[in-house]
Amino acid sequence: MADLAIETHGLVKTYGDTRAVDGVDLAITRGGVHGFLGPNGAGKTTTIRMLATLIRADAGTGTVLGYDISSQADEVRSRVSLTGQFASVDEDLTGSENLRLIAKLYGHSGKAAVRRANELLDAFGLSDAADRQVKKYSGGMRRRIDIAASIVVTPELLFLDEPTTGLDPRSRNEVWDIIRAMVDFGTTVMLTTQYLDEADQLADRISVIDSGKVIAEGSATELKASVGAGALHVRVMHRDERENARDILVRELGVDVERSADPQGLTAAIDDRGRVTRALSALDSEGVGLAQFSLGQPTLDEVFLALTGKPVAEAAVNEEEAA
Amino acid sequence: MSTYTGNQEGEPINEPAGPATTAVSTAVDMSAAPSTEAAPQADAIAQALANTERPPRPSALSTSVTFGWRALLKIKHVPEQLFDVTVFPVVMTLLFTYLFGGAIAGSVDGYIAYLAPGILVQSVLMITMYTGTTLRTDIDKGVFDRFRSLPIWRPSALVGMLLGDAVRFTVASVITAVVCWFIGWRPAGGIAGVAAGVLLLLIFAFALGWVWTFLSLILRTAGSIMGVAMMVMMPLVFASNIFVDPSTMPGWLQAWVNVNPVSHLVTAVRALMDGVSPGSDLTLSLMWAVILVAVFGSLTMWKYRDPK
Repeated sequence: MADLAIETHGLVKTYGDTRAVDGVDLAITRGGVHGFLGPNGAGKTTTIRMLATLIRADAGTGTVLGYDISSQADEVRSRVSLTGQFASVDEDLTGSENLRLIAKLYGHSGKAAVRRANELLDAFGLSDAADRQVKKYSGGMRRRIDIAASIVVTPELLFLDEPTTGLDPRSRNEVWDIIRAMVDFGTTVMLTTQYLDEADQLADRISVIDSGKVIAEGSATELKASVGAGALHVRVMHRDERENARDILVRELGVDVERSADPQGLTAAIDDRGRVTRALSALDSEGVGLAQFSLGQPTLDEVFLALTGKPVAEAAVNEEEAA
Repeated sequence: MSTYTGNQEGEPINEPAGPATTAVSTAVDMSAAPSTEAAPQADAIAQALANTERPPRPSALSTSVTFGWRALLKIKHVPEQLFDVTVFPVVMTLLFTYLFGGAIAGSVDGYIAYLAPGILVQSVLMITMYTGTTLRTDIDKGVFDRFRSLPIWRPSALVGMLLGDAVRFTVASVITAVVCWFIGWRPAGGIAGVAAGVLLLLIFAFALGWVWTFLSLILRTAGSIMGVAMMVMMPLVFASNIFVDPSTMPGWLQAWVNVNPVSHLVTAVRALMDGVSPGSDLTLSLMWAVILVAVFGSLTMWKYRDPK
């Protein structure tokens, strides 16, 4: 138990009639990134807020770094940091003032607080913006100051709640680099995200949550393996050729082929990669022109769809299989 | 090998079909956007993390004062928030003095001597309501999540906020006093008496602030907090002895005015500023302040664990 960063049993949080979190069991080891993946309203944030002792669980128990989240909340607080979904810094203050404020609240003297604030501003590339109000920061800078505020005193565990939501690709990549740097250092990161590629890129293990319940858990590879060997995506040149192409693929691959929302697209879950080449040659020899095709492991998107059964455009897997 | 197709909406992958046997990746090329904006430095971040210095836990007083510092910084950056504490008292004082002066006391000069301490109390108490809306805004913006996740004495964020407000209340008191002085108010207690009255007023205002912090934790919008706060303040401020001597009021109203904590406060402040002994009204005012902090401070901290 001591080497578990987070352990929960049957965590429940109810708001009115909705069970926002409906019996979540987690066992998260120390080190690395644990992804908490789910759509909006799945209960990710509520779970994180319970674990960070911001709200109290209605039922169930939880320990963070070995400390009980309700009876030893203060012990938890002194070891974890939280970067919330909305900027958890004071937008009226400057970047430097925000970091100094947090440093002072942790007990740094005025001088030490200034030193620490400058060190972090440098590291996060915010020195030029140090004396600007945070409300004048760009989205990416705001995220960076937010994460910087979370490591004013180095935490053992960092909760990151949707750290890249609403960021442009470049800022997103910067946040990913920051997260990787922290993990390299040895900080445990629990990351919520609704972006599957983010979980794929960063997380060692992933808990998939939907409607307040954890519906699957494993590494990205394991989760993907649970829905088959992979998927073939094909896009025909002309939409009236799709049916023809589908018949050929069904014949050659021996599996069902799904029509995607894209009127030119087809997707098939495949078990045997060897048949793909044959199927593609068949399409070619029968004169069906392809705009593009791709073959890969199922994406986490597909895993997610398979698990939740939510209707989404790019439905690629036709059977669900919870890990 | 895993692949990511770079889109979640099922958009087509706009790349020419190649002789690829594994998937085509459309991950956006991040390196293509060089910019003048400084980027985070991974090694510097690692170094910052490696500095695991953990200062001793600060005292409750120290964190409260730090939060008070935050309130002052906010005034520095958003000086508009001093608008309510400057304009509101001036308008109130001028309005009520000239509106009622002739009718109630026969002359403005005669009335100001009675009204000035009361209007001071009214100005400051009305301004305390903004504490609630400010806190609600803080909570909604998410910065309170950070404060509440810190290992500090929990009430310090709120205490600090109320300490910062004390600065605004002092500004309001000084401005009201100066306006009253220009109108013709010459308190017998002198500067010392006025200062003592203002001090008592600040103590009471700090205590009343906990009512609004509690409201801001149980109500969801700044508007509803203001609405409820107004409903609470109206009978406290207007059904009191701020404007008129209660002896002309009907019995039932006198009964309320005589138990109204604001009446005790006004009587005590009036006595201090007039340089006479405030007697039991001082004790009663302080007692009410203690009760407010005990009841609404506790309720606030109870709700603070799990706010809406």
